[in-house]
Amino acid sequence: MIKSKKLEEFTKKHESKIKDIKHMLYLFRRSLLSMMGLILVLFVLLVAVFAPLLASQHPSFVEVTSERGTKRIEERWSINFDEKLLPPNSNHLFGTDDYGRDIFSMVVYGARTSLKICLLVVIVSTIIGVVLGSIAGYFGGKIDEIIMRVTDIFLSIPGLILALAVASALGRSIEHVMEALIFVWWPPYARIIRGQILSVRENQYVEAARSIGASSWRVLFKHVVPNSFSPLLVQITLDLGAVLLVAAGLSFIGVGATPGTAEWGLMISTGRMHMFHAWWYVTFPGLAIFITVLGFNLLGDGIRDVTDPRLRR
Amino acid sequence: MLQIQGCEGDFVKKKDLLSIRKLKTYFFTYEGVVKALENVDLDIYPGETFGLIGETGCGKSITALSVMRLIQEPPGKIIDGQILFKGEDLLKKSEEEMQKIRGNEISMIFQEPMTALNPVYTVGDQIVEVLLLHKKFLGLSIRDIPKYNLLKRRKIKKKIYQEAFKEAIEALRLVQISDPEKVAKQYPHELSGGMRQRAMIAMMLACDPSLLIADEPTTALDVTVQAQILELMKELQKRKNTAIWLITHNLGIVAEMCDRVGVMYAGYIVEMGVTEKIFDNPDHPYTRGLMGAIPKITEEKEQLEIIPGTVPNLIYPPPGCRFHPRCKYAIDKCKQSPPPLVEVEKDHFVACHRYEEVKHSVVVKRERKA
Amino acid sequence: MKTWEYIVRRLLLLIPVLLGVTIITFVVSHVIPADPAMAFAGGPKAQPETIERIRSELHLDEPVIVQYFYYLNDLVHLNLGKSYLENRPVTDCIAQYFPATFELTIFAMLITVPVGIIGGIISAIKRDKPIDHITRFIAIVGYSLPIFWLALILQYLFAYQIPIFPLEGRLPIGISSPPSFTGLYVIDSLLSGDFVKFGQSIYHLIMPAFTLGFATLALILRMTRSSMLETLGMDYIRTARAKGLPEKEVIYKHALRNALVPTVTVIGLQFGALLAGAVLTETIFNWPGMGRFAASAVLALDFNSVMGFTIIVAIIYVTANLVVDLLYGILDPRVRLE
Repeated sequence: MIKSKKLEEFTKKHESKIKDIKHMLYLFRRSLLSMMGLILVLFVLLVAVFAPLLASQHPSFVEVTSERGTKRIEERWSINFDEKLLPPNSNHLFGTDDYGRDIFSMVVYGARTSLKICLLVVIVSTIIGVVLGSIAGYFGGKIDEIIMRVTDIFLSIPGLILALAVASALGRSIEHVMEALIFVWWPPYARIIRGQILSVRENQYVEAARSIGASSWRVLFKHVVPNSFSPLLVQITLDLGAVLLVAAGLSFIGVGATPGTAEWGLMISTGRMHMFHAWWYVTFPGLAIFITVLGFNLLGDGIRDVTDPRLRR
Repeated sequence: MLQIQGCEGDFVKKKDLLSIRKLKTYFFTYEGVVKALENVDLDIYPGETFGLIGETGCGKSITALSVMRLIQEPPGKIIDGQILFKGEDLLKKSEEEMQKIRGNEISMIFQEPMTALNPVYTVGDQIVEVLLLHKKFLGLSIRDIPKYNLLKRRKIKKKIYQEAFKEAIEALRLVQISDPEKVAKQYPHELSGGMRQRAMIAMMLACDPSLLIADEPTTALDVTVQAQILELMKELQKRKNTAIWLITHNLGIVAEMCDRVGVMYAGYIVEMGVTEKIFDNPDHPYTRGLMGAIPKITEEKEQLEIIPGTVPNLIYPPPGCRFHPRCKYAIDKCKQSPPPLVEVEKDHFVACHRYEEVKHSVVVKRERKA
Repeated sequence: MKTWEYIVRRLLLLIPVLLGVTIITFVVSHVIPADPAMAFAGGPKAQPETIERIRSELHLDEPVIVQYFYYLNDLVHLNLGKSYLENRPVTDCIAQYFPATFELTIFAMLITVPVGIIGGIISAIKRDKPIDHITRFIAIVGYSLPIFWLALILQYLFAYQIPIFPLEGRLPIGISSPPSFTGLYVIDSLLSGDFVKFGQSIYHLIMPAFTLGFATLALILRMTRSSMLETLGMDYIRTARAKGLPEKEVIYKHALRNALVPTVTVIGLQFGALLAGAVLTETIFNWPGMGRFAASAVLALDFNSVMGFTIIVAIIYVTANLVVDLLYGILDPRVRLE
């Protein structure tokens, strides 16, 4: 008896919010492109999760000690020169590469690598950005000025190029690429949070709440958090795609994945040398990148359209 | 059927300036068809000030926009009706013909002067724009410059522009803007709300239209500025003999400014006539409710009268008379058929099946100071 | 005049930003690497003597602040160090490769900006009609494609399978470059009256510029479309129609100018993306520009060149955005007068 009453109270208290969410979900479902985005993203996610079941070949992970004594884990694939550079057939859906490795398996495992990179970079960037943005927004004044100047400066250097510089300073590895990307990617999140805090501050209902004694932390928290949720979500989703493109680009240039790793950008780079007699080597990893990024973009757009307050009925 | 006879009166001429008959405008939205205007009938006489009152959302602005044919085609559409302006049906005109009428013979000013002017062009330029559209300068219209060579054409265009600019300055002077030369070169965001509205009025009266539609022109302004703008409009009307169609929900303004009044509810006109009559002795239950809800300093009452219920949903409007759910005189007939707008006295029109009974029930009397 | 004030103000703001950029590049080059001397010497494979020499040359044993001032001093004297890869000053390399990148980037903008804007306008006017959906879909595909992959696919299809376009380079193999007035082959060949080279240089520009600009085209199109839609809903558009203006003038005279403001911002931001994309595009099309230079430098562990490239790009990008800001002032008088 008591349980259902609590549920009732909860539903009633948040009635308009629940109605809003339901309406948003309805709009989302109606948008073909948004649903397509969701499906693509889920598809890639599933491929990454079930990689071992889908692939016919599997990598092994070997611990390697570099000259300087640092230990790292490297991905190794078994080589089979007999099967080198075969076009797509029933054994090898996407053909084989110059070492005879099955490209389909590499692409499938590459999904893991890529998603890992994207998620890590974006999540850490978000955390850093939100923290810095909150500090800037809450304290205002000089601190705000400084933090904002810093974000401005970071945004004055194109992302790929700065990441390239940082990655080359650190040395060639996927981890370093991730660090470089985090270095580059946090400013937009700081801006979003700061903007939210500022607009909430100027809002009159905050003044009203404070005039009845609510503490400023609590007030800000209560209002900033729900309001920032959707712009942050949109930015995160779109950034997942953007980070993937840059990370793949960096691997293509040669700063990211170490040779031998099944990473989409790296595969395209190697595939380029064999492009004219083995078109599949370049095509399939690239297609994988495209589908993943497309999914994130469609999904991010869909969320943005649905949560845009101006489009509310 | 509605038959309006020509009326005699000191301020009314026999020919109507604007006659709307059975205007139907619907909006086709995701949630359903909004039947915004359902058989609107109204008349405006030349040179008079006509007030259109009603609650927010009853369709006043949409009526005006329909007359101007500025309804956005998706989702809106004028389904049926007649809009006779100086004898011609505007609904039968082509878009080009309407463009010659807008800003020229019928003008419209809007509620928010803050956003109604384009921020990237100067005030003067925007007034010149409307002048060049409809008037000739130095004997030429800017579109029909004879085919001289490019240089000569540019010179002529420049001269025409300068002449028009001079007239724009005069237009600003006419709306009592001091230092119009300076203001003409300024951008809208450099002016106050009141000045922007004056500039709008200057712009829309620049071509001497016969009808000026003013959609809540003062609602967004301070009270003192409101009074000034209304005064200004009265002055200009006298000077140019323009008819003013004033749309507002502020009954005070209507009482002050308007010769005749139309009361609108949920997409149609429920009562129309001379201002004093409508205010002192309204005959439609809705109008009565409106007038009764005004606090009057000369009356003693315990409570303000309210009209029970809420404005209907126009996607699923009540059948028959749209007011019947809130009307204490409603009978079965009211649920079945919408009442036509009928002339019950000279220049007094009511849309109510039970007009006679309503008229003879207790009337809210207004005490007037002599 | 108020406009001059605005320009001067924006120029002054440039200085702290550039200073900040140098701080970042300094941190990246001198603070982040585990051993900056080794990084500058060319990586773990460099000779220990070289590393020590570089360590003293770059004052790497002194406190960080002091290092920074040496660094700034070098920058001001246009000393970006020596390129390990090409064995000459980095500034020389960049000066040599800059025109090619410039030409490619400008050409890419020339194609994408007008097409993007016009496409966006059409999309907005014909909202929800088939052409709108097609344009929007192309746009979203456009910025989901990896540039380097698009470049390779185009090369494969149109330079190999159906050889319509040249595979790489600025001019056909064996053809000498036109006399150097500007470094831009298109202009130089025109100036020297060589119309054959003019045609060839344009022909070679098409695929790389298209590849480079496709994502930019997509973004400009989207931004123009949404900006137009928003502008067309504004009150002053209704006023313009109420004056009797023909719809064409309403769109091009009243709506467009307002709608362009956000689009111009996007164009400015995209300039940075173009420079970044140039690194990838130039590599694939073997285009002798800064981007390809930077990519090779990275592989060769030529740290000086990489950092030099980064600084130059930052300066260009900041300048481009300054120009955009000034353009703002022209488009929107509200900005000028604040």
